Amino acid sequence: MLKKRDDFEDILEERRRSSDLRYALRCYTPTLYRGLVPCKASMLKSIVLQSDHLQYVIKQVSSESGESTEGVSEEASLILDEMAHCLQLSTIRFFAFTLSKAFKRLFRSVCVNEEGIQRLQQAVQEHPVVLLPSHRSYMDFLMMSYLLYTYDLPLPVIAAGMDFMSMKFVGEMLRMSGAFFIRRSFGGDKLYWAVFSEYVKTMLRNGYAPIEFFLEGTRSRTCKSLTPKTGLLNIVMEPFFKGELFDVNLVPVSISYERILEESLYARELLGIPKPKESTSGLLKARRVLSEDYGSMYVYFGHPVSVRSLAEGKINRSQYNLLPRYIPQKPSADTHEFLSDAAFRLVRIQEENMVLKPWVLIATLLLQNPDGLDLSSLAEQTDWLRHLALAFGAFLDWPDHEACSEVVSCSLALHRHLLSVSAGHVQLSVTDVPQVETTPEEAVFHQAVVVLSCASYRNQILHVFLRPALLAMAMQSANSNRKDDVYNGFNFLRKVFSNEFILCPGDSVQDFEEACYLLMKRGVLQVLEHEIVMSASGHSTLAFLSSVLDPFLQGYQVVCRYLCEETNENLTEKEFIPAVRSFALKLILAGNTCYEALSSDLQKNALAAFLRLKAVRKLCLFTFLFLCHTGGKIPTQKPILARL
Amino acid sequence: SGLSQQVIIMATRIKYICRHQDEAYKLGLSLSFRQEIMKWNGWGYSDSRFLFNKKGQAEFTGKRYRLSGLILPSLKDWFEGTFGANLQHKSPATVSQVAVAPPNLNEPFIEDLKAAGVAASHDPEDRVFRAHGHCLHEIFALREGRIGRVPDMVVWPSCHSDVEKIVELACKHNVCLIPYGGGTSVSSALECPHEETRSIVSLDTSQMNRILWIDEKNLTAHVEAGIIGQDLERQLNEHGYCTGHEPDSMEFSSLGGWVATRASGMKKNIYGNIEDLVVHIKMVTPRGVIEKSCLGPRMSTGPDIHHFILGSEGTLGVVTEVTMKIRPIPEYQKYGSVVFPNFQQGVACLREVARQRCAPASIRLMDNEQFQFGHALKPQVSSIFMSFLDGLKKFYITKFKGFDPHHLCVATLLFEGDRGKVLQHEKQVYDIAAKFGGLAAGEDNGQRGYMLTFVIAYLRDLGMDYYVIGESFETSVPWDRVLDLCRNVKERIVRECKERGVQFPPLSTCRFTQTYDAGACVYFYFAFNYRGLSDPVHVYEQVEHAAREEILANGGSLSHHHGVGKLRKEWMKESVSGVGLGMLKSVKEYVDPQNIFGNRNLL
Repeated sequence: MLKKRDDFEDILEERRRSSDLRYALRCYTPTLYRGLVPCKASMLKSIVLQSDHLQYVIKQVSSESGESTEGVSEEASLILDEMAHCLQLSTIRFFAFTLSKAFKRLFRSVCVNEEGIQRLQQAVQEHPVVLLPSHRSYMDFLMMSYLLYTYDLPLPVIAAGMDFMSMKFVGEMLRMSGAFFIRRSFGGDKLYWAVFSEYVKTMLRNGYAPIEFFLEGTRSRTCKSLTPKTGLLNIVMEPFFKGELFDVNLVPVSISYERILEESLYARELLGIPKPKESTSGLLKARRVLSEDYGSMYVYFGHPVSVRSLAEGKINRSQYNLLPRYIPQKPSADTHEFLSDAAFRLVRIQEENMVLKPWVLIATLLLQNPDGLDLSSLAEQTDWLRHLALAFGAFLDWPDHEACSEVVSCSLALHRHLLSVSAGHVQLSVTDVPQVETTPEEAVFHQAVVVLSCASYRNQILHVFLRPALLAMAMQSANSNRKDDVYNGFNFLRKVFSNEFILCPGDSVQDFEEACYLLMKRGVLQVLEHEIVMSASGHSTLAFLSSVLDPFLQGYQVVCRYLCEETNENLTEKEFIPAVRSFALKLILAGNTCYEALSSDLQKNALAAFLRLKAVRKLCLFTFLFLCHTGGKIPTQKPILARL
Repeated sequence: SGLSQQVIIMATRIKYICRHQDEAYKLGLSLSFRQEIMKWNGWGYSDSRFLFNKKGQAEFTGKRYRLSGLILPSLKDWFEGTFGANLQHKSPATVSQVAVAPPNLNEPFIEDLKAAGVAASHDPEDRVFRAHGHCLHEIFALREGRIGRVPDMVVWPSCHSDVEKIVELACKHNVCLIPYGGGTSVSSALECPHEETRSIVSLDTSQMNRILWIDEKNLTAHVEAGIIGQDLERQLNEHGYCTGHEPDSMEFSSLGGWVATRASGMKKNIYGNIEDLVVHIKMVTPRGVIEKSCLGPRMSTGPDIHHFILGSEGTLGVVTEVTMKIRPIPEYQKYGSVVFPNFQQGVACLREVARQRCAPASIRLMDNEQFQFGHALKPQVSSIFMSFLDGLKKFYITKFKGFDPHHLCVATLLFEGDRGKVLQHEKQVYDIAAKFGGLAAGEDNGQRGYMLTFVIAYLRDLGMDYYVIGESFETSVPWDRVLDLCRNVKERIVRECKERGVQFPPLSTCRFTQTYDAGACVYFYFAFNYRGLSDPVHVYEQVEHAAREEILANGGSLSHHHGVGKLRKEWMKESVSGVGLGMLKSVKEYVDPQNIFGNRNLL
């Protein structure tokens, strides 16, 4: 079960020993794609504008809108100017220098799996490469480019959200370091889509540079992986589908932080304290972060995934034979399914390769024990959990030859701002806020910031426990040992939580079997032909596992109760989050639910799940929600409400 | 002058054959004279083959070809370098003949046949010779003395009415007939179906080889369908005419075979493919004879019934006589060649030539690997002056013009017509080539390119003596996908070989052999060193299968002119749609309900 994983190397070690300036000015000779068509960034623009695809769409848009083709072309050219990167080595060198300084202050080490780098070096030469890093922090893409520069790999061009552009100076700097900017939403804009997709495809086809984008679409504020988006994935796969490229290598990259820079920022955002608009001055204020210790950072370059082998037997490429390839074609139903499936698999690879620190285990335990734990018992339980996690295949970075208590106290020290430790007793608590003169509501919010920050660490290991935990929960509520009943419960929970966690659609049997296998191996369960029986020693493990998911269940319950009890006929989508939040707040004050119910991420996911399960119906786009009250209409809704 | 005369030196003619009723059956052996001068387990004439002599130099034996009797000094290095082969490691054919099971004869059929006076034989050699085409797996098995089901007997009709009699008797006695023309099939079309329990009779058309009349007013000739390409061309030449149909197999393939597979000739740009050349076809089917009632040049009488016959691959009947267009022999022929800095430029040039519709009689483009291969087949130069000249040319192209010898590619050209027009045409084409960076590279290179076409099939036999197996296959593809298809298919071949344990990178190369308004015909050559593989033919077939899938996925056709046979049957439905296949099946059902023409090709 436990895969052999690569060793890591700390790249900061070298930085601490030699001159950053020399490093920034060193000779950079990246390995290149063997089919490279050399071209400059400026030429790229004209290739895109002249492309058959874009010309076709321009004519189409012009004939539909009545605008002249020159006008539409001009518009396309402006879109491209707004979008295009202008990657310059000099900017990269500037970043290489400044980031070296910054990273050395922020992190104790930045660890990279060298074998992954070697694999990437191979992959880069063979076929065009798409880098797919996980997204937890603004640091991610700066770090990616920094690493590729360090290892003499071709510098990537990065799809970035337009919001960065508003930072005047920084936006331009990022552009010069290879970022290109896409509007967050451009649903029906044919021309925009054409310019954008042609731009990406041209770079890919010519082997201009590795394309980097975030499958999750945005930074995960909770440190859980987000449901992947497939739009860009389709764009980078299409040149293969259409035979323009023999293959494309997708390289999932897992970036994990021992302590996340944006930790409390995210927690506040989830609690509805609005995210500050990205601005340069805001960034300067964030200088404070430079003085803190963020522990280590890990970057794991996964095995390249060939699009060709992914699509083998799933995509019939001859479906593209009958239309000239420059005419845009909406992906067919099976292409859609393939894209979504591929995206999920890639995110799961990201998850599996995410390095986990001991603190993640400690955070999980502290969240389950809101009244705190004695240090000795914490160490003991952490050790127990460590073995469980390892048995489930967690990629845990546990220091060799160190006593467990030692490891625990080191972790506690790094994360002391979330804890109060007194007389050998550890508890999650507010440390830096004056306790006087706060209303009970404010106190709840202060505590919630700590809890949600802590939860973001627990969330990093959820993927390891998720399937067994769903099984544990299903067994608890099934009131039966029959395999069928347990499976039905499992499947139901899986459906409810599929917006919350990465659960590949269609994998339910596989997931169930995996969960059974893991728990059986651990001696927790016996899986017979028609029955699943808990073994005598299995209770504590099952109890632990189901309480891992408990906050989510409680949170969904809150949303359910809100929808059932509090709303009148119609509710606008805008009102939903604030209303649920104050509802949850009341419940917390009454001691009836946990802090995590306040998370807007959870609330949104719950609503999306209820929409998907047709327990709630959207009446009018973006305006009204009509609730089919659960009274009997949705039979599946009953058991969960009852259980909740 | 011209190609036909250089290549067609063979003057062997099947002599007048006594068709006396009593002697006919015994005369089987003398009737099959052609097989006496041909290899039974390889390509072409027995006297013509490549070999490495005692000094390790390659030579081509015999007297038939321009290359015959010459030493090819660079072939050994190319061969060893390309395939990782070694002259010490030999894999010669292991048997001199192959054992076959006794024939399953239908005695009443034979009795009636004798009564009808049709020549026949069930001699094992005759049967084996007609039991296969030239697919790799067929030849490879023969060299090891293996063969599957073979025909139980061979019949030699000598005219249309003989065929009518045979087909009638076959229906009467429920015998399976497999028409056999030149035997050059590369689609497993001649393989006898294993599941066939009836007596299988190979219907050899080789005795139906006369030109029945020539009509100089309409420029047509009426020819029996068993005639072999080179004989047809030579006999017409004697009258001052030609058909201009020159498929690469024309030394051995027959007119009836061309019709049955929708053949394509090298000079189709002037003369057209077989479907453009035929004016009238006569075919004997179990339902009777199908033919049109007049020789009008075009008709609007519903779907053209010729198109049920063209490409029917012997599943509906036997083509017995064909009226073909003929042309006066061209006054002047000129070869030419152009070197391009890379394949992309070469393709762009061909596309432009096709756009301007000014393609010469033939225009072909070889990729870099084939260019190098062609070089390896350069014979020893006779004088120091020539070798100096060669060196100078090479210097000019690579050093002065800066062409990378590992990227450059060559187009070969053949112009035909009256002298003035040829020269004018030549200039037009070279001017276009120049726009794409092309440099004229001389007549000699062009001519050698075409000569290669005829000897390349012999080379496979040489390879097989040294653990190298290979084959070619073809497709047609629209212009906009041509480059992508070539790159992807070549790469797929390399990758599949690697995945299947082939120790040395394979030769994976392609060339354009035809251009059309809307696309081109592409030929792939693929060969590899099979040392260390337990079942090389299986590996070969898997790779070829993968390559075909890649072709189809990239917008290429199932076949441009080789046909489907049994080798590519599995893709027919995908290629022509379920309804299309159903149409063809219903035609088969009507024409041949007993499945007398039971070779099971195509459908």
